[in-house]
Parts: sequence; structure tokens; C-alpha cells
Amino acid sequence: MSVFYFVAFLSIFFALMTIFTKNPVHSVLYLVITFFTFTVHYILLNAQFLAVVNFIVYMGAIMVLFLFVLMLLNLNKDTEPLKSNLVKFMGVIAGMCLLVTLAASFRLLQISDPVVLKNPDIGLVSNLGKVLFSDFLLPFEISSILLLTAMVGAVLLAKNDPKKV
Amino acid sequence: MELAFVIEKVVLVTLIFVVTLVIAMYSTLAERKVAGFMQDRFGPDRAGPFGILQPLCDGGKFFFKEEIIPAGAHKSLFILGPTIAIITACIGSAVIPWGQSLTIGDRVIELQVTDVNIGVLYMFGVVALGVYGIMLGGWASNNKFSLMGAVRAASQSISYELAMGLALIALLMVTQTLSLKEIVEQQSGFVNWNIWVQPLGFLIFLVCAFAECNRVPFDLPECETELIGGYNLEYSSMKLGLYMFSEYINMFVSSALMATLYFGGYNFPFMYDLGLSQNWITIIGVIVFFAKIFAFIFFFMWIRWTLPRFRYDQLMNLGWKVLIPLAIANIVLTGVITIINDTFF
Repeated sequence: MSVFYFVAFLSIFFALMTIFTKNPVHSVLYLVITFFTFTVHYILLNAQFLAVVNFIVYMGAIMVLFLFVLMLLNLNKDTEPLKSNLVKFMGVIAGMCLLVTLAASFRLLQISDPVVLKNPDIGLVSNLGKVLFSDFLLPFEISSILLLTAMVGAVLLAKNDPKKV
Repeated sequence: MELAFVIEKVVLVTLIFVVTLVIAMYSTLAERKVAGFMQDRFGPDRAGPFGILQPLCDGGKFFFKEEIIPAGAHKSLFILGPTIAIITACIGSAVIPWGQSLTIGDRVIELQVTDVNIGVLYMFGVVALGVYGIMLGGWASNNKFSLMGAVRAASQSISYELAMGLALIALLMVTQTLSLKEIVEQQSGFVNWNIWVQPLGFLIFLVCAFAECNRVPFDLPECETELIGGYNLEYSSMKLGLYMFSEYINMFVSSALMATLYFGGYNFPFMYDLGLSQNWITIIGVIVFFAKIFAFIFFFMWIRWTLPRFRYDQLMNLGWKVLIPLAIANIVLTGVITIINDTFF
């Protein structure tokens, strides 16, 4: 349990650092560390597959692309657009509203009750595979089609056809 | 957790770490010797007999050179880059089974640091992490040529990871497990090696391993003619040494992985027919495993001194338009053959 509290503290700390740091590249790096702490959380929950997939997909691929874009944009203080006080004020109010909504919904769900898994080995690869391809086959296939569609759409948008333009 | 277990693992980890470093050190010498052999010259032969002390001289020189951090560089990330590169190179060897078990007294010692049941995915995660070292180092140098090298490295690495993953999926359909230990145990003898059932998958994996290690013909991140050197342009002394060292360690670990996945790991022909005791089988198995690894390392070097470098668009075309479709076709083929086997035989 103490390991959980330590890792949870690290997650929240690095998540806050992601927001508060000024340099965009630092921000992405703190986000990478935050994702790493999530991986540790998954391992603590005995969800090995989810842990390693989170590691490979988020840390290894998506965050590298984030870093890629930020490095090429070369953002610094000179190029940062000045935000007016009105925008900041609106941002604070919107954030507070979100916080209240989240707090209320968590209270309604009574999430503080301990959740006990019926099968603690559900996170292991073979069990997860059997569940995904039997009980949740349709949602699984539909979400994969959704991802494929998004990918094809992105390629189509990025591709400029020299004949038409 | 008993004390003996902890000591056993600490000794094993230390041993593997030392062996990895020594092999990486002597790979630098071997590379120059192989280059000399291919180009009909001697290679380094002054430091000690056959130049055997050359890596020590090189290492000493790296340590005593002046440490330079460029004025415009981002200091902490500049140091973090090579650190990540060397750490990710070293942690990959944790899941590789180096041999069967040794029995000393009444203790059975497994020659593998840890047998996680997602060993293959762990290796994949480590490979994915490796790109951060190059990327951060290249960006923190505050030099456009370094940045170009880093961007090239990252896009190359991500592109080839996909084909590598797809090649592995076909292999996993055959082995039915993600644990490297079980994969090796399935390949006992000679006819059960995975290379016989997955030749195309191995070819794809091999090409991707070359690309992931940034070796010729895919060493575009460090292309001196276009980039004056690449992502490590601003690095000097031991920080440059760590980058070069991590390349050789990566080569060693990926050779070990290829030997494990496709060439039977520590298995050798007729291993149970010679009437040897379990300990002897284990010891010979370890030697055979290292022989396979050295054969792969030699192959890496052979290719380096034989083939010219790809052009960047050719690299991307090969990755996305040749290797990925081939890997997908391999998956489909494997699936069809598996089903035919299950139904009719």
C-alpha cells in the first residue's frame, strides 16, 4: 500500500509539473514520466499487459511524436502569443466548473468503496485475450475499425495530390 | 525472499552487466579488425599482441579528454541524452535466457535474471525507449545538424518498430507464448528452431534490427556527408563514448534476441543424446548461445563493410511500402497454415 501512495504522489507531482513548467519540451518530458508512473500503477494492479502496452504505445510512440513536433516548432518565449486577462479569467472559471462536476460525479459513484476484482489474474495476456475475443468481441472490432478509419482519414488529409491542386 | 536468492540474482546481474560491457568494448576492436580483413589491411595491432589492449586505450582516452558542453546547449538534457541511451541499452538483457539451470549442491540456479511472461513485449518497450536518448541529445545540443540527425533517428526508429512488431506477431502465433524462456524451450534440438517455420519473419526482423541499431546500411542518423556527424555532433569525451558504446551494446542485445527467438537460443543439435549431465548441457548451451551471438555480431560488421548507405526516401519506402506489407502477408500466411495444420493433420 505504501508503494501505491508513493507512486501516486509521483504521478500527481509530475502531472502538476507538466502544467506548471514554462518550457514546452520540459512539459512533454514530465508527461513522459507521468506515463511511466502509470505503468508502475498497472504493474501494482497485476495488469502486466496493460502496463507494457501503455509503456510502448504512450511512452515509446505517441510522446516521441509529441517531442518531435515541439522540437521542430522551436517554441520559446518570443513566439508565445500573449493571452489577455479575460481569456485567463474564463479559463479559471471553466476549470473550476470541471472540478466541481468531477467531484460531484465521484461522490455520486461512491468510488471510495474498495473494488475487488473477481479474478485478480484478468490482466495477464492470455486471460485478457480470451475475454477480448469472446465477451467483448464486437466492441473490440468496432474500436479497431474506428482507429483504422482515423488513420486512413489522417493519411488522406496529409496527402496532397499534385494532379488536383 | 531468502538471502541466497537475492545474492544469486545480484551475482547474475553483475556478471551479465560485466560481460555485456566487455563484449561491447571488444566489439569496437573486432569491428576495426573485421574492417581491416575486408579491406585487406591489418587493423589496429600496436597496443598489446594483436591490438588486444586497443579498447582500453580508447576508453582511457575518452575519459581524459576535455569535457565540453556548448554554450547554447540545454545543460541537463545534454547530460541526460547519453545517460538514457546507455541505460536503455543495458536493461534489455534482463529477460534473455542465457542458459538452462545449473545445480550446485541442492540449489537450482536459473541462468536468466527474470522470466516475466511478457518478455517479448518488455524487449519491445526497451527498444521504444531507446530513441529518447538520441532525440534529447540531438535537441539539447542546440545545433540544427544535431537536430536533423535526431529527427531522422526518431522517425527511422518508429517506422521500423512497426514492421518489427508485425514480424514478431507472426512468430508469437507459432510459439503461443510471450515468455522468452518458453520460446527457447520449445526449440530444443535443431529441427524445432523457429527459423524453419518463420524464414520471412526472420528476414524482416533482421532488417529492422539493423535499422533499430542505426547500423549500416541504415545509419542515416549519423551521416557525416550530409549532417557533419549526426545527433552526436556536439558531444565530446566520454559522453560521445557512451553513445558509441550504447550502439555496440544494442548490437549485442539484438544479436542475443535474434538467436533466442529464431535460432534456438542455448539449444544445440543432439543435446540430450550425448549422455551428458544437466550441468554440462547447460555450460555447453551457454557457450553455443554466445557462439550464435558472435556470429550475428560478425554478420552486422560484415554488412557494414559491404553495403553502401541508403538514401533517406529509400529508407522510408523500404520500411513502409515493402517491410510492413510483407510482414502483414506473413501474418496472414502463418494464420492460414496454422489453421490448415490444425484441421487436416
